[in-house]
Amino acid sequence: MLLAACGSDSGDSGSGGGGGGDTIKVGVLHSLSGTMAISEVSVKDAELLAIEELNAEGGVLGKKIEPVVEDGASDWPTFAEKAQKLISQDKVAATFGGWTSASRKAMLPVFERNKALLYYPVQYEGLEASPYIFYSGATTNQQIIPALEYLKTEKKAKSLYLVGSDYVFPRTANKEIKAWAAANGVKVLGEEYAPLGSTEFSTIVNKVKAANPDAVFNTLNGDSNVAFFKQLEGAGLPATKLPVVSVSIAEDEVRGIGASKVEGQIVAWNYYQTTPGAANEKFVAAYKKKYGAKRVTDDPIEAAYLQVKLWAAAVEKAGSTDVEKVKAASKGLTYDAPEGKVTIDGDNQHIYKTARIGVIQPDGLIKTVWESKGPIKPDPFLKTYPWAKGL
Amino acid sequence: MEQLFSQIFVGLSIGSILLLVALGLTFTFGQMGVINMAHGEFIMAGAYTTYVVQQALGDGATSTAFLLSLPAALVVAGLLGLALEALLIRRLYGRPLDTLLVTWGVALILQQLARDLFGAQNVEVKSPGWLNGGTEVLGVGVAYNRIFIMVLALAATAGAWFVVSRMKQGRRMRAVMQNRQLAAASGIGTAAVDRRTFFLGSGLAGVAGVAITQLGSVGPTLGQNYIVDAFLVVVAGGLGKLRGAVIAALVLGLCNSLIEYWTEASLAKVIVFVLIVAFLQLRPQGIVAQETRGLA
Repeated sequence: MLLAACGSDSGDSGSGGGGGGDTIKVGVLHSLSGTMAISEVSVKDAELLAIEELNAEGGVLGKKIEPVVEDGASDWPTFAEKAQKLISQDKVAATFGGWTSASRKAMLPVFERNKALLYYPVQYEGLEASPYIFYSGATTNQQIIPALEYLKTEKKAKSLYLVGSDYVFPRTANKEIKAWAAANGVKVLGEEYAPLGSTEFSTIVNKVKAANPDAVFNTLNGDSNVAFFKQLEGAGLPATKLPVVSVSIAEDEVRGIGASKVEGQIVAWNYYQTTPGAANEKFVAAYKKKYGAKRVTDDPIEAAYLQVKLWAAAVEKAGSTDVEKVKAASKGLTYDAPEGKVTIDGDNQHIYKTARIGVIQPDGLIKTVWESKGPIKPDPFLKTYPWAKGL
Repeated sequence: MEQLFSQIFVGLSIGSILLLVALGLTFTFGQMGVINMAHGEFIMAGAYTTYVVQQALGDGATSTAFLLSLPAALVVAGLLGLALEALLIRRLYGRPLDTLLVTWGVALILQQLARDLFGAQNVEVKSPGWLNGGTEVLGVGVAYNRIFIMVLALAATAGAWFVVSRMKQGRRMRAVMQNRQLAAASGIGTAAVDRRTFFLGSGLAGVAGVAITQLGSVGPTLGQNYIVDAFLVVVAGGLGKLRGAVIAALVLGLCNSLIEYWTEASLAKVIVFVLIVAFLQLRPQGIVAQETRGLA
């Protein structure tokens, strides 16, 4: 609504720029206000941590990295406007930003038109591969499809109910889920969308209850999850009676919902704070040291952190911040991320990732109960799945 | 049939939430004519008050803390309202557009203040044990927290009605709203009455905030979810009329839940908006019209 009106127009004068000068500027563009701030502030924090670490090690190409932080204000046109500002006014070498698919779709034409780079850290619905975006979160076949397979084989679910927020990601994801379900003999009993930010779920909960599905597939985003789970519990449907699989709830969101409301519920991601490995221990410790022991790390936070490191590695390899050179250097680039070894796919600029299904614990952390055998090759257009033809 | 009963309960429940968030506005907007965009932030302040009281009393006293939050939120939000009235709104009576912009600015400031004090993340407000779960009435599952909100809405409305129509303070309030000059000429301190009305209206928003912690998330932008609905209820009900607000809230709640049941959530919102616009075309004064001999 009126949120767009309050963007700051600050920003330094043209000095520095992407390649020249003593510093390399990068853009950090997330919602620091509005309904999405709940999720995106932590992601921004992770990116700033990665930049700080890189600077402590001497920066990239011998230059310090200077972040220019902008607020997308949970408003999609603002994202496009701020992206343009970062590119043309601040002359950033790359931008790390976005959360919702709507914000990414708003920024995409800006980055393509200016031939500038965007690193996007969140799992999304697939069916996209812009030559100017690096996707460091999961695409469908690294998150949603493994979650569906888990429901079918491990939970023996024969029917599903789909609940999501009313925007790009849930609608597209549910189209894919319905195609998968039709091919796998799983019934989809219903599909409901709530306006983004909605907190009234009694009617949807009533409909779910009446349909009596084996599981709910939840693609709600942001604050709505809190209301949905509170009201689901109020209706006498805790995790033991009706498992809900969520793809937008990570450790950070669990903190806001209250672990008691979502204990035992299933989530699908590629990384949890509890993921074993030395790289993760180091990352968790650094994050907590900088932002406080109460803070938690989760999948998008980790993806945000690793994408900054991947960009820096690509710049070092290319010996330049030139967009085309960085893109060429990124092909097949690997990095030991907290989630394990990740590799950039040269064709679609997505990342090979291990799928992990987790269960929410009483302390709010997530325990991995199933994981894929090694990193899965990203397939944003689901070309290798026969049921996905015609999507 | 069971589903229909179930939806009617949901509708009444939504209606009681609407009533609770709009009750304060029937005073500040309905009676005083102040378009207070920060009303939602007073609700948010009430919700955070619950959180603070709970934190202060510790985990063992969730129940006491929750009940204690009700008067605490009334006072906290009421004092915020009082400060807003004394510092800004008092200087802007009769200038609705300026008031709108100023209070919108105040709303943003309060949101940012909450973000600085408590962080951008949502905070968790624990539910007292007796609000968890639910029971069945006539085959309809009813959650205890919904019943609690209905009772609270009822109690708050009754309290507000009592103040307005049975107490000396309420009579003065109505007198000032109906004809300010005449009231002043009769020896009523209109400025003091304005302050008290604003305190009451804002405080009621705080009470609504306490109830809302049981439904959704508690974050800096919580108030934004309710502000539009609150204005809708007051406008559709008829400015300054408690009876109108009660009817409007319940009708809107029932419309929402029934239309959503037969269609879907986003479409239901659109249909309800269209219905309200159509209704206001036919009856711009709202369900219950204000009878006044005042010139204003």
